[in-house]
Amino acid sequence: MSAWKKHEIFEKNSIILVIGILVAISVGGLVEIAPLFYLKSTIEKTEGMRPYTPLELAGREIYIREGCYTCHSQMIRPMRDELERYGHFSLAAESMYDHPFQWGAKRTGPDLARVGGKYSDDWHVEHLIDPRSLVPASIMPGYPFLAETELFTRDIQGHVSANMVVGVPYTDAQLEFAIADAIGQASPDTDGAYDFEERWPNSAVRDFDGNPRKVTEMDALVAYLQVLGTMVDFSIYDNKANLR
Amino acid sequence: MAQQKTGLVSLEEGGFAIFLVLLAFACLIVAGKTFDQVMAFHASVGALFAALGVFYIFKNYFDDGGQAIPQELDGKPNYNIGPIKFGAIAAMFWGIAGFTVGLVIALQLAWPALNFDLPWTNFGRLRPLHTSAVIFAFGGNVLLATSMYVVQRTCRARMPGKILPWFVILGYNAFIVIAGTGYLLGATQGKEYAEPEWYADLWLTIVWVFYLLLFLGTLWKRKEPYIYVANWFYLAFIVTIAVLHITNNLTIPVSIYSTQSVIVWAGVQDAMVQWWYGHNAVGFFLPAGFLAIMYYFIPKRAARPVSSYRLSIVHFWALIFIYIWAGPHHLHYTALPQWASTLGATFSIILWMPSWGGMINGLMTLSGAWDKLRTDPVLRMMVVSVAFYGMSTFEGPLMSLRAVNSLSHYTDWTIGHVHSGALGWVGYISFGAIYCLVPWLWNKKGLYSLKLVNWHFWLSTLGIVLYITAMWVSGIMQGLMWRAYDSLGFLEYSFVETVEAMHPFYIIRALGGALFVVGALIMAYNLWMTVRHGEAEEADALPAGSLAAAE
Repeated sequence: MSAWKKHEIFEKNSIILVIGILVAISVGGLVEIAPLFYLKSTIEKTEGMRPYTPLELAGREIYIREGCYTCHSQMIRPMRDELERYGHFSLAAESMYDHPFQWGAKRTGPDLARVGGKYSDDWHVEHLIDPRSLVPASIMPGYPFLAETELFTRDIQGHVSANMVVGVPYTDAQLEFAIADAIGQASPDTDGAYDFEERWPNSAVRDFDGNPRKVTEMDALVAYLQVLGTMVDFSIYDNKANLR
Repeated sequence: MAQQKTGLVSLEEGGFAIFLVLLAFACLIVAGKTFDQVMAFHASVGALFAALGVFYIFKNYFDDGGQAIPQELDGKPNYNIGPIKFGAIAAMFWGIAGFTVGLVIALQLAWPALNFDLPWTNFGRLRPLHTSAVIFAFGGNVLLATSMYVVQRTCRARMPGKILPWFVILGYNAFIVIAGTGYLLGATQGKEYAEPEWYADLWLTIVWVFYLLLFLGTLWKRKEPYIYVANWFYLAFIVTIAVLHITNNLTIPVSIYSTQSVIVWAGVQDAMVQWWYGHNAVGFFLPAGFLAIMYYFIPKRAARPVSSYRLSIVHFWALIFIYIWAGPHHLHYTALPQWASTLGATFSIILWMPSWGGMINGLMTLSGAWDKLRTDPVLRMMVVSVAFYGMSTFEGPLMSLRAVNSLSHYTDWTIGHVHSGALGWVGYISFGAIYCLVPWLWNKKGLYSLKLVNWHFWLSTLGIVLYITAMWVSGIMQGLMWRAYDSLGFLEYSFVETVEAMHPFYIIRALGGALFVVGALIMAYNLWMTVRHGEAEEADALPAGSLAAAE
């Protein structure tokens, strides 16, 4: 009886009720979220992870803008069929520069965590313009407008700098020449491309959309898709050392 | 009514007017300086809304001469129902819009040509529009409207403020307009159920703080010694959504002239924060808020007291404490450390009990009044909604088990589960509440037609059954096809073969969705006729008492 009587303090005092609610809902979140920021085992030790180049970053924005994550996951689970279908299971380290993460929750289409290098640039361009020309049973929407729309580069530098604020390790030079590098990466055999390669030694320089006249949203998106899951060097990755 | 100017603009009116004027100017500056076309559009809309707000504050002031609104009329509280009426209409409007977009994207999955290869009509942009429209626009307006109604009635006090309630409901709907148009134009931050960009999030935060103040302010004015149980749930919903929204949406805008922003969290931590948010946006926006509706409208409609007061205390605290842990069950077998996802699953199983505590309390409220289910389709709708709640809160813990999740994750099973909760539980309890509210708000004896309510009920129930069974079959089938091996040890199916196999189920699902939309249209017609003409035929079909004005 007395316990029910004591509960009246919540039923008669709105501020105490609010405090009670705040305490009740804080525990779970704190216990589950806070350790992920200090437990060292949360993010594996890997070789090869680098921030996205400005062009890839712009491509990632297009990926987000078009809601690709509503149908494509980027998270391969450690199960036999997924390993055979998609490749090595995804590591936490592989998305450590992803603000926000794009693991997804639904596979209306296949997982894209390791789609990089799986198909040619031409295949991607053709497939994005008209998916059913390559995969007749596909139910993916077509994105022909990407190939026609020039990439909006004005905000790219702000994007890189905002990423630096939240801890992505871009160099000052990479920030300063972000816009030039976005163009340079998609314009092979130009001065911009050589300058880009100096600042981004391990990145591909190609005319991703096969249209040398302009740098389009298609360039950016294909550049992003082609780098997905390719950064970590799995030949020297030690699965056992990173067991959690 | 002899009126005279009794005073200057009140502090409240002046404060809101100054705030909105500043906001309008800020929006104009951003609209003028930005190169981002979406931002230019949204800033202009913002400036327009703010300017309209200022105009109406002063128009209202000059119309009523700045007179204070009486708190009581003839010894009875002078309840403020204007904003509630707006919320009820907005809920119906956004509901039909959201269901229709859902039907469109269901059809797109069956026939991809319906994407039209345009940016504004592709599935990826429409899907967030659908989820936000039904959860936040439809559900949000139902919660706002019912909470304003319930808190006033159960406190026997008028909501504080003249502008404040209108600011909350109109500000919230302005957020929806900004967020929804943003998705279509490509402004999204790419976090599921938290897609609105930083400026929309910021605006929602402001509106939400005022909503909390409005709710607490009404509680402070209450004439009853106790805070009624429905209000605990509303309060938990308001407070928790604030915490979740702010934490999950911490972003660094690319610039104040850009729609884009960068989320503070990254990778695995962002995944954890997102599903802590995502599951509890579902948990506190949907169950907690709608349990509050259950705790007011079902006893009211059935004219029976809540079954067990003690059960409501236990299940309230248990529910809000345990729900918050359940998020990481969305991340089984991912790169999230296993301890976290296992912890999430464990609490999801425990969560089954407080969930069913709510269901039992809701259903048992009808003891002694079960016969009303035969005669009152509105009550039947609400009781069936509680049954759906029980079903989906059993299915949820089941799917949070590691072994089950390994099959169900990434498939349509999840979509089916969500919709049994969303269409069955949230949809029906909302419909029931609106069916109750509209005659009460517009001072009508009853609904225009109970026959139409019956049609709505059966059509949409059939729709839900088609929807969830189609999704169960297609989800489990696809999960099994992905992991099928042939006798030589190779994967049996390519991915696209599993897509092809789902085609018939996508058509059945769309059919189910269409029935649900038709039901909602019948409802809208019925409500429109109720407001216009009031009760029509079969007046005696309703048991007396269930129509008594809520007090």
